[in-house]
Amino acid sequence: MADYKGVLTYCEVIDGKLPSITTEVLGCGRKLADDLGQELCTVLVGSDVAGMAQEAITLGADKVYVVDDPQLKDYQTDAYTAVMENIAKQVMPEIIVFGQTSVGRDLVPMLAFRLETMATLDCVGLAIDSETKKLLQTKPVYGGNAQATYTCDTYPQIATVRDKTMAALDPDSSRQGEVITIDAGLDPSAIRAKLVKRIKEEEEGVRLEEASVIVTGGRGIGGAEGFTKLQDLAALLKGAVGGSRPPCDNGWLPPNRQVGITGKIVSPDVYIAVGLSGSIQHLSGCGQAKKIIAINKDPEANIFKYADFGVVGDWKKVLPAFTDKLKELLPE
Amino acid sequence: MNILVCMKQVPDPQASSSGTTVDSEAKKVIMPQGTPPVLNPYDENALEAALKIKDAQGAKVTVISAGKNMAKTVLRKSIAVGADDLILLEDAAFENMNSYETAHVLVAAIKEIGEYDLILCGRQAADTDAGQVGSGIASILNLPCVTAACKLDISDGKAMVQRVVSDGFEDVEAPLPAVITASSEIGEMRYPGVKEIMAAQKVRITSRKASDLGVDVSQLKKPNLVSLDSPPGRTTDCQMVEAETPEEAGADLAVKVRESQIL
Repeated sequence: MADYKGVLTYCEVIDGKLPSITTEVLGCGRKLADDLGQELCTVLVGSDVAGMAQEAITLGADKVYVVDDPQLKDYQTDAYTAVMENIAKQVMPEIIVFGQTSVGRDLVPMLAFRLETMATLDCVGLAIDSETKKLLQTKPVYGGNAQATYTCDTYPQIATVRDKTMAALDPDSSRQGEVITIDAGLDPSAIRAKLVKRIKEEEEGVRLEEASVIVTGGRGIGGAEGFTKLQDLAALLKGAVGGSRPPCDNGWLPPNRQVGITGKIVSPDVYIAVGLSGSIQHLSGCGQAKKIIAINKDPEANIFKYADFGVVGDWKKVLPAFTDKLKELLPE
Repeated sequence: MNILVCMKQVPDPQASSSGTTVDSEAKKVIMPQGTPPVLNPYDENALEAALKIKDAQGAKVTVISAGKNMAKTVLRKSIAVGADDLILLEDAAFENMNSYETAHVLVAAIKEIGEYDLILCGRQAADTDAGQVGSGIASILNLPCVTAACKLDISDGKAMVQRVVSDGFEDVEAPLPAVITASSEIGEMRYPGVKEIMAAQKVRITSRKASDLGVDVSQLKKPNLVSLDSPPGRTTDCQMVEAETPEEAGADLAVKVRESQIL
């Protein structure tokens, strides 16, 4: 243990920018590093990413390791795992924090096994134990029916954190930091699983993860067509449309619109649940919403136990009337 | 073509949505009485993916499951839908294993089997939602790994996988042998016929203990469970909006949410 020191975060880049999850991971890493009285390092991996190092410093990093290589243009498991393994062995951090993103979910378990340590995925809380100085890793288990806190005896201690559970720092342009370039040292033959094609599903309007209002439909919507009614309301409220698992499995909505434990975990200000029963798997994905409004024809639907406002009735009649009246009442 | 499918038995996640309590002192989750064990739904997706390959081009499908006191009838369902072999890794030491232990125990069995072209797992278990076993197996065996697959085709010794990512899909090509984890979009497991269910009860299953596999679980690392609590609940008192017609209820709801300044 004596040789492990400092906190390292993974500085994920999405579409050439540092998304909100990356700023949250940096904010969380900064707090952990301060509690330990140690340094916060972060790693930028990709192609043409060096320009973002300064931004990472303004968001809390003391040191930014940059691994910039054309071979790292797209995420590929083998390449990124090799890079992160190499960095973890050079830097020897006590703690590594990632976001619970598509990349985090794929990369972190592989990295942890390579480093012969363990990782806790999808944490909603990370803290330093005041006595042992170990990382307390808190995550929901049993589909959100319980919350467990773990520690790990091996180093580095690795965790991923859920969207919107950690506070980002306000960018401070006066912060000073160091940028260190590291060679990727990739052996192309080590990339076994190769990315052939990326198919981007254009999300209309706001991204689910960043929306402050989300209108979500369940099995009760009955088909792709019904979702246009949800879209009308979302457009009015400048929000995003999501679905529970059945609409996504049935192809009424693309899979990247799924809210729930295997889809996206969201914490909007207002969550409007239409024609969905509220399974625990779904609620683990939206239970952190500040307010929940539910429309369902079944008065016994589980969602009403979690909602702030509810209407029992046929959504096909309730929803358009709700949208129309809101249009009237909302300021221009 | 030899396909291995790793399957876990979990308390029925559909049944567990209410009535589950937490004993913080004992650090245990107490499931409602009578919660039946089922095959982990994501592992069922993995088995379905294997069976589709078997249908299309022929394959031997072997199911491996590790645990303590497993319900054989539940696991035999895998045979009823078309798996050829079932290997149970059963030992008191295999109770409540974490991802790290599970991956090591499964690898011991996989090494004993020796011949495999493809190892399939579900993307995560419905109880712990850890999602690490597939990657762990790949890492220990030094195999390529593709997670969250929604489509899978095998040809020319390669797996063509489409995987679900947050902003769309990725098509990935991996040489065999490889480990692939299945997402629900790959398809629900087929239903077994009554005749097949009956026949599956008579199929001989292989049983292996920790000592047969030469694994000592107590020597494997374990995260420490510091505390287990009830989730910080939403203390909501749902205001139900009622009216003569659903249209009026919808309009009244709009008035209510405006009044309370939610929207």
